[in-house]
Amino acid sequence: MKTHTNSFASNKKAIKNKSLTCVDLVAHYLKIIDDKNPSLNAFLEVYEEEAKAQAKIIDEKIQNGTAGKLAGMIVGLKDVLCHKDHKLGASSKMLENFESQFDGTAVERLLKEDAIIIGRQNCDEFAMGSSNENSAFGAVKNEIGTNRVPGGSSGGSAVAVQAGMCMVSLGSDTGGSVRQPAAFCGVVGLKPTYSRISRYGLIAFASSFDSIGIFANNAADTAITLEVIAGKDDNDSTVSQREVPNYSELLNKKSDKKPKIAYIKETLNSEGLNEEIKAATVAKIEKLKSEGYEVEEVDFSLLKYALPTYYILITAEASTNLSRYDGVRYGFRSPNVTDLESMYKRTRTEGFGKEVKRRIMLGTFVLSASYYDAYFTKAQKVRRKIQEAMKELFTKYDFIISPTTPTTAFEIGKYEGETVELYLADLFTVPASVAGMPAISIPNGTDKESLPIGLQIMGDYFSEDKLLAFADELMK
Amino acid sequence: MIHQLLKKMKVTVDKKLIEDISHLSRLEFSEEDKIEMADNLNEILDWVEQLNELDTSKTLPLTHISEEINVMRNDEIADVLPHDKALKNAPKKDSDYFRTPKVIE
Repeated sequence: MKTHTNSFASNKKAIKNKSLTCVDLVAHYLKIIDDKNPSLNAFLEVYEEEAKAQAKIIDEKIQNGTAGKLAGMIVGLKDVLCHKDHKLGASSKMLENFESQFDGTAVERLLKEDAIIIGRQNCDEFAMGSSNENSAFGAVKNEIGTNRVPGGSSGGSAVAVQAGMCMVSLGSDTGGSVRQPAAFCGVVGLKPTYSRISRYGLIAFASSFDSIGIFANNAADTAITLEVIAGKDDNDSTVSQREVPNYSELLNKKSDKKPKIAYIKETLNSEGLNEEIKAATVAKIEKLKSEGYEVEEVDFSLLKYALPTYYILITAEASTNLSRYDGVRYGFRSPNVTDLESMYKRTRTEGFGKEVKRRIMLGTFVLSASYYDAYFTKAQKVRRKIQEAMKELFTKYDFIISPTTPTTAFEIGKYEGETVELYLADLFTVPASVAGMPAISIPNGTDKESLPIGLQIMGDYFSEDKLLAFADELMK
Repeated sequence: MIHQLLKKMKVTVDKKLIEDISHLSRLEFSEEDKIEMADNLNEILDWVEQLNELDTSKTLPLTHISEEINVMRNDEIADVLPHDKALKNAPKKDSDYFRTPKVIE
């Protein structure tokens, strides 16, 4: 059997000329999952029988000419997305035995266009982490080397695409949770503009930052997925009402003038930046210049403030969002309960992992009456300053490029017991999250140990069409 | 006023403060973990202290990141979660209600 697993477009062509069926495709991916998942731990659950049955139904639809535009796409879902009558756990003990009562909007739209969902993917607990070591179901391993982390928090989703266990994964990106693991695993990872995709059915972490994101092997698969899942939704009043462009067609539309590109001086001079990543980024800048692109260095002195701003705001929002896990309506309840207060306290103490508790504590602290202005309000003000400065940059440039991460995939356990050091993994991804702007990570070679290096491209609000076209161009 | 004072006064999280915050968070920590949590929070607070280098006296807090304001729709009856489904994931329930330990003496 021949399967063209590298792009959805080639699969679609093969399906059309009858050399490939959805049944073949599902069998192909199930076999790879079977071979690789025991050592990589990317999938928490595989919907084997369901995917096979669905493949048959969709093959029939293809025969009848009634199939949706994602027929032939095999997708994995991060364990934070509601999928009706399937388990959902945010990789936490807290949601033990929880089953979704409904499909989240993005999931519903995938299914409506006949994508096949093959399984549920491991992640950092409640999407909090940068290494996928915080899962209640064990760490995810990077396929490049199983002593290496895949990045986080959407580590399982990145590894699933990296290892060819599915074609596309949906993850979530609050401060880099799609882009950073995409960089560590050598795949494409997109965080769209905040509000581009409905958050209905996405487990809430920090609601003013959370974005569903897409992992794929290339820009075209990312574009067609985004085109299906983005757009207005009655169930999310914050989602953008803007029309969804036809991203997959716009990918091939050449603009008459070359985009103007900036790179931020402070990113390349950043203390913790690995020399090989710096060299790869500089080489990319030089290559772009030689191809006739206008590339300029810009100052962005606020860069170093993005990460502390981010940590104050996300912990505040997380402490609020996670107050719903009280042991009453769903999920885990401690058996060691005597009264109402001990039910809350024992349930939360036994149900949440360490990093989640740390963030709830910090968030509660920055929101407490005595410290609210000094920390929470201060961070909201700095957020505006950062947003204004970034808006200003995009009046002059189309894209800002930088490394996606300061290091390549590090060894499992390297940052055990550390907090701030691990937070620094998100140094370059967080500014787009603070401003709510779209950004994509694409592969940019490897280091001496063959570990992937990522290049991040940031764009202005709702410029995903241009961002994807440029990413596509750079990957050719 | 307080804001000005706090700006200059570096906060140190001690065991007492950890106990206050953990009660507000409905979390419990062992004596050993309280010390570790205080150390962690102090490390993080030392690090975020750098925000005070920026003058934000003329900046308004950014509270909404979406450009949408009041997306209105008609209030129509829709398929809501039926009773049995809403109770489906409850750790303790009867046919109609979530069950908790006794609240009223």
